[in-house]
Amino acid sequence: MAEMKTAAYICKGCELGTRLDTAALVKVATKDGKMAVVREHDFLCSADGVAMIKNDIDHEGVTHIAIAACSRRAKTEAFNFPTVAMSRGNLREGVIWIRPDTDEARETTQEMAEDYVRMACAEVKAMQVPAGNQKTGTIKTILVVGGGISGMTAALEASKAGYKVVLVEKTGALGGWAAKLYKRVPTREPFKAPEDSGVADMVARIEADANIKVYLNATLAKTSGAPGRFKAEIAIESGAIVAEDVGSIIQASGFSLYDANKLPHLGYGKSPNVVDQAGLEALAKEAAAAGKPICRPSDGKEVKSVVFVQCAGQRDSTGEHLQYCSGYCCNTSIKQATYFKDSNPDIDTVVLFTDLRTPGNGEDFYRSAQNRGVIFSKGVVSEVVANGNSCTVKFKDLILNEDTAAEADLVVLATGAVPNSGPDLDALAEANRAAESGGEEEKAKVVQMLSSSILKLDYRQGPDMPQFKHGFNDSHFICFPYETRRTAIYAAGPVRRPMDIAQAMEDATGAAMKAIQAVENAGLGKAAHPRAGDLSFPTARLEGCTQCKRCTVECPFGAIDEDEKRFPLFNESRCRRCGTCMGACPVRVISFENYSVNTVGAQIKAVDVPDEFSEKPRILVLACENDAYPALDMAGLNRHEYDPFVRVIPVRCLGSVNTVWITDALNGGYDGVMLMGCKHGEDYQCHFVKGSELGRYRMSKVYDTLKSMNLEKDRLMDLEVAITDIATLPQKINDYAARVKEMGMSPFKDL
Amino acid sequence: MSDLNSQMADRYKNNFLKEIEEQAEMGEWVKMCMQCGLCSGSCPTNFHSGWDHPPQEIFMMIRAGKREEVLNANGMYMCTSCYNCYVRCPRKVPVTHVMHGIAEYAYKIGRAPKNQPTMHLSKTFWTNATKYGRVNEVQLTQSLYFKDGIAAGIKKGLEMKDVALGLVKAGRLNPLEALGMGHKCKDVNGIRKMLAKAYELEAKRKGRSA
Repeated sequence: MAEMKTAAYICKGCELGTRLDTAALVKVATKDGKMAVVREHDFLCSADGVAMIKNDIDHEGVTHIAIAACSRRAKTEAFNFPTVAMSRGNLREGVIWIRPDTDEARETTQEMAEDYVRMACAEVKAMQVPAGNQKTGTIKTILVVGGGISGMTAALEASKAGYKVVLVEKTGALGGWAAKLYKRVPTREPFKAPEDSGVADMVARIEADANIKVYLNATLAKTSGAPGRFKAEIAIESGAIVAEDVGSIIQASGFSLYDANKLPHLGYGKSPNVVDQAGLEALAKEAAAAGKPICRPSDGKEVKSVVFVQCAGQRDSTGEHLQYCSGYCCNTSIKQATYFKDSNPDIDTVVLFTDLRTPGNGEDFYRSAQNRGVIFSKGVVSEVVANGNSCTVKFKDLILNEDTAAEADLVVLATGAVPNSGPDLDALAEANRAAESGGEEEKAKVVQMLSSSILKLDYRQGPDMPQFKHGFNDSHFICFPYETRRTAIYAAGPVRRPMDIAQAMEDATGAAMKAIQAVENAGLGKAAHPRAGDLSFPTARLEGCTQCKRCTVECPFGAIDEDEKRFPLFNESRCRRCGTCMGACPVRVISFENYSVNTVGAQIKAVDVPDEFSEKPRILVLACENDAYPALDMAGLNRHEYDPFVRVIPVRCLGSVNTVWITDALNGGYDGVMLMGCKHGEDYQCHFVKGSELGRYRMSKVYDTLKSMNLEKDRLMDLEVAITDIATLPQKINDYAARVKEMGMSPFKDL
Repeated sequence: MSDLNSQMADRYKNNFLKEIEEQAEMGEWVKMCMQCGLCSGSCPTNFHSGWDHPPQEIFMMIRAGKREEVLNANGMYMCTSCYNCYVRCPRKVPVTHVMHGIAEYAYKIGRAPKNQPTMHLSKTFWTNATKYGRVNEVQLTQSLYFKDGIAAGIKKGLEMKDVALGLVKAGRLNPLEALGMGHKCKDVNGIRKMLAKAYELEAKRKGRSA
């Protein structure tokens, strides 16, 4: 590598020149920053300013540049120099926009700017230009697991975009649940009559598509590799294994109906005239094929009265049945009620519901069913009693507040959906532990759990994707619904959350787009969401590694395996560049070329810490670059002022924060440290899912260190920040600054 | 049981919803209610004056086939026609009109309660208006004042005498109306014929004898 030549550029535009003493900043960059070249410019992001930097890179041999101007999130197109290492000192959003333009404030504002110049100079010297991941895979084929509506949609969409698709379906035919439907709920104006499911057309399009290769009666036997170079071993009908090379995977394994046998109080299994929704679709199909009206199974007589029981075994607060709403059953029951009313308006058709939920344009469909004379009653069914060829549905009418009953030839239970998401990884790990010391029974349990695996991933983290609430496959539910914790593997359709056909098709289209993006990025050695395009990747200095395995365990994306010598083995293509491994490493041997313990550590050390009699405390803020740092930038944009003694360093994720930064800062005389990260827990907002949670867990250990240093607990402050906290964040900073003042200056100054 | 009442009960058997849909004005809207309760939540009477069933309950009872309970209810007579529910109903059900339609039907088949004040007012108003072709205000006021007896009527009349005299002075009230004189419409016989035709058409539409 060529010798390092450093340069600093100080911008005078956007009032920086009038609010700050830029000549002094030049001196700081030269003297403290020890930069070889230091230049000022009136308008650095202009064509002229950019040309000046470009000229230095091309003709002066500059390799490392520090730009002291606006936030690193601004003017990224102008300041785009991919061949050199670059740091940004945030003088605009981070200094002049958050400070008042007054004579009293001038001194502290200038000190703030000088520190940011020092930090930018120190950071860039610890950085290198990322070379990109060399172990790329360039396979662009997309594997779709599951041939229902979601899987077929994903396959067709990916093919339309020009990508080859391998589609694996467990059963002997494509179509999934939708193929079993007599009709589907309407999708077009005026949303009044059930429509053909359209499955036959989709199957025909798939069969005619040269880009799509279909395996029926097939399951995955093993999936290994990484984005861009997965190897899928497919067990086909003959018992043979076929290997396919694929670049990304879409899991569209769908759902199973909740087992109505678990609902004996609703008469299922006691009378053939009690069916679930799939049972009714079968009856309707059979009747249509025979050209007859729908008949009751017990004696084949035409159905004259039917009762639909909504939320059968769903939205159950006792914990015995499903706790959630499956999202499609209300519309389905409305549709099934119209089967009866459309064949004979005199059939008594009653839907017993507690809350009728009709997503999409279901409300219009609901109204059309009311117009047909379907009776909708708000009531909770307590029991269905079979008497001969008829059933008595006992229910509490919630409007009239009374216990009552209805007679029906046929009762339809809306039982809801259970995701086909494979074994729960935590439960599987538990079973594995039990099997290690246990007997045959425990071992059989593991085998049984593994048999339900969908993807059969050869990952140390387990054979399938992690699960979220209620056994649905994890997705970044709040911010990025398509994202999962297994890079380039996307869940689509009702395996991800309860949804109907229309939603599943939209979901599958989105997943196909993500899968395409993933194979393209993997081919270029770039990261996927949320640091899409990042070329850096983690490396470890193995001679220092103690094989503690924290990095392999903590990686939220299962990107790190162990090699045969039990050292971490990075799977760069699976890595999302969050740096959680770097934050976890107790011996600090993991780093990125452009982000390391040193790049942040050097910034912490570069700040000028005045002595304890100056009454100028220093507060270090480590702010998540995804939410907290943009929120701070926007606070600046809105001119919300905050304390001049904070020094903000963006971090990739709270999970990348190494505790050494905290102890170094406190040892170096900082008076307080603030951590700003995303919400964690069940409704997390962390872009890396587990990063902020792991970071916070780690920080809880720092309090012991504070104790041993005889420092107050409040010297470290952990703040949950969302990107919308623009107005409240400055106040929280000021509150903390006041608390620091109350505690007094740190005793570790000038030691 | 009046003849019409038993006739109707017989004709519709257990299908009270169908009976209301075919016989009561605006009854076809009952099935469109989605039981959200916004009508009841919007009602300014707050049901203080002894409503037994608010609109969405009456609709639910009709759908549940509770003929006796609905016809014995007083809810439909308590409506003050403020139209709050009507404008707020997310299903655009004309709640006010439906309630009046049910009340009118109950009256027609002889099931309306005796001396119910709003029913009394409606009936008096209708008789008065159809007699003269337009409302005879003095006679209408008199019949309302004397609803609860002669003593109560005289007392109420004396209470209001200053208002009445003021109206007479201002030419807004003609005392001769008390004798059936005062302003009338041009062709009261024409109006009566129109009404008779309307009754005939209604009876035909609803399949009952006029």
